[in-house]
Amino acid sequence: MVASSKPVIKTDLAGQTLVTLRTLTEDNPASLDTYLKLGGYAALKRIVTEKVKPTDIITEIKTSGLRGRGGAGFPTGLKWSFMPRYFDGVKYLVCNTDEGEPGTFKDRDIIRYNPHQLIEGMAIAAYTLGARVGYNYIHGEIWQDYEIFEAALHEAKAAGYLGENLFGTSFSFDLYAVHGYGAYICGEETALIESIEGKKGQPRFKPPFPASYGVFGKPTNVNNTESYTSIPWIMQNGGQAFADLGVANSGGTKLFSVSGHVEKPGNYEVKMGMPFTELLALTGGVWKGRQLKAVIPGGPSTAVMPASAILSATMDYDGLSKARSSLGAGSMIVMDDTTCMVKTLHRLSYFFYEESCGQCTPCREGTGWVYRVIDRIVKGQGKMEDLDLLTDISNNIAGRTICALGEAAATPVLSFIKHFRPEFEYYIQHGKSMVDGK
Amino acid sequence: MLSPEAIIKIDYELTKYPADQRQAAVMSALRIVQTERGWLSKESITEVAQYLGMPEIAAMEVATFYNMYDLSPVGKYKVTICTNISCMLRGSDEIVSHLQGKLGVGFNEVTPDGKFCLKEGECMGCCGGAPLMHVNNTEMHEFLTTDKVDAILEGLK
Repeated sequence: MVASSKPVIKTDLAGQTLVTLRTLTEDNPASLDTYLKLGGYAALKRIVTEKVKPTDIITEIKTSGLRGRGGAGFPTGLKWSFMPRYFDGVKYLVCNTDEGEPGTFKDRDIIRYNPHQLIEGMAIAAYTLGARVGYNYIHGEIWQDYEIFEAALHEAKAAGYLGENLFGTSFSFDLYAVHGYGAYICGEETALIESIEGKKGQPRFKPPFPASYGVFGKPTNVNNTESYTSIPWIMQNGGQAFADLGVANSGGTKLFSVSGHVEKPGNYEVKMGMPFTELLALTGGVWKGRQLKAVIPGGPSTAVMPASAILSATMDYDGLSKARSSLGAGSMIVMDDTTCMVKTLHRLSYFFYEESCGQCTPCREGTGWVYRVIDRIVKGQGKMEDLDLLTDISNNIAGRTICALGEAAATPVLSFIKHFRPEFEYYIQHGKSMVDGK
Repeated sequence: MLSPEAIIKIDYELTKYPADQRQAAVMSALRIVQTERGWLSKESITEVAQYLGMPEIAAMEVATFYNMYDLSPVGKYKVTICTNISCMLRGSDEIVSHLQGKLGVGFNEVTPDGKFCLKEGECMGCCGGAPLMHVNNTEMHEFLTTDKVDAILEGLK
């Protein structure tokens, strides 16, 4: 089997800095030949054959300033240092390609356009952490892309980059593709581990963390797809070179998934710290010549920002936290001036209600309650005290659940009401939207 | 009885896990059986559980937890449309009314000829191509317009 994918329009790459999607400059980006032509697998080969010390690799990753690209932004090098060095048994490596938070679709492009760089990154991680087996958990909705990735695995194995005794050494690593089947919660790392084990995706209590009790109860390192895919570039060019691409506290490049009201939605890989206005310009700007109203910068679990706040922000961890939101997974949802924020929150609240796994009472009951209150506002039956009620319920979900979905569900409610309160009040008073009059 | 073809596919999935962790293959085993039979009856779930040597209730828990498993017949073509925020912002409501009008069914209903079933999906992680829909859990159709939807439905015989 040979991985193949659609040709890509190269002109769309202007203004981007390609690290994790570097094969996009080529005609057949997903193929092994393409990746090898760009120097792929050279870092892995060097590390394994020269027996580079794992601690040196971790130091390099720490120097790079790479932070977890799945949304939490935890320093990757530090996370790797949590894995037990000596363990009598199999250690596991897991890649989280379970994108299900609205607006997030960056990892899909990695597995369909540059699967081998992810495979190489995971192999380097496996060597560093002593993991024998790895799984890439891919959400079930992107079946065609799952097949591209699985074909790439077979291709890598046949070429001697996966499997036993790689490059004639004692290092062996098996990597498999596994899939979800429609559950947002499985993007949470312990729910994902439960799912790999063939169970409902309900998050586990932490501690113990996956580094000590992960897949099948064994030490497991879980990283996001984009994080692993950054590793080969870092090991090839050095941690400092990666850090220098970005800004302080945000090394490297970041894939921004831009959706909503822009002329050219899609993924844009740019240097960390790029001003928002520049990134917006790359996407062709707000569509139909309309004005920008608001942006959710990192996925709905990050606070919505009114145009005035985002227009002066830079796209990096510190830049967005200074502007009172966060980078999240870089899932930027752009809304123009025709967007009704009440109806938008209505839709988001349904999502969190539908996707709550049901394990913790505050989230299971709270998300449903929030949805029903917003639903009655949208149906013209809202009361002014509903706004305080929504705030109160949300504050009582956040921080009272096993996983971060509690905060994720509360953040849009709190931030939408905070920044667009007059719209909510108008809707309650008039029974219709201030924006579209319906 | 699981078909020989299904067993070959499930056995391939089992090679991904330690020999004592057969349950891990339940996600893919249910997917394989559903793809073959169109939906998952209680009997199908029982057969999967027995083949993997896991409690029936544990397989049932998985089948009911993940929303791409269908526990009732969905017709020949299951059309799942995303209505989440990124799709909504780019007109998924219009696509939904078009689909409902054209097929004459609401969400979770099957057309009288048993050909189509319409489902509302949550985010499918392809929001750059919004609005979008999925056919039979495998084919993704992006950048939908009402014309494009017509052409896609036309192609489903």
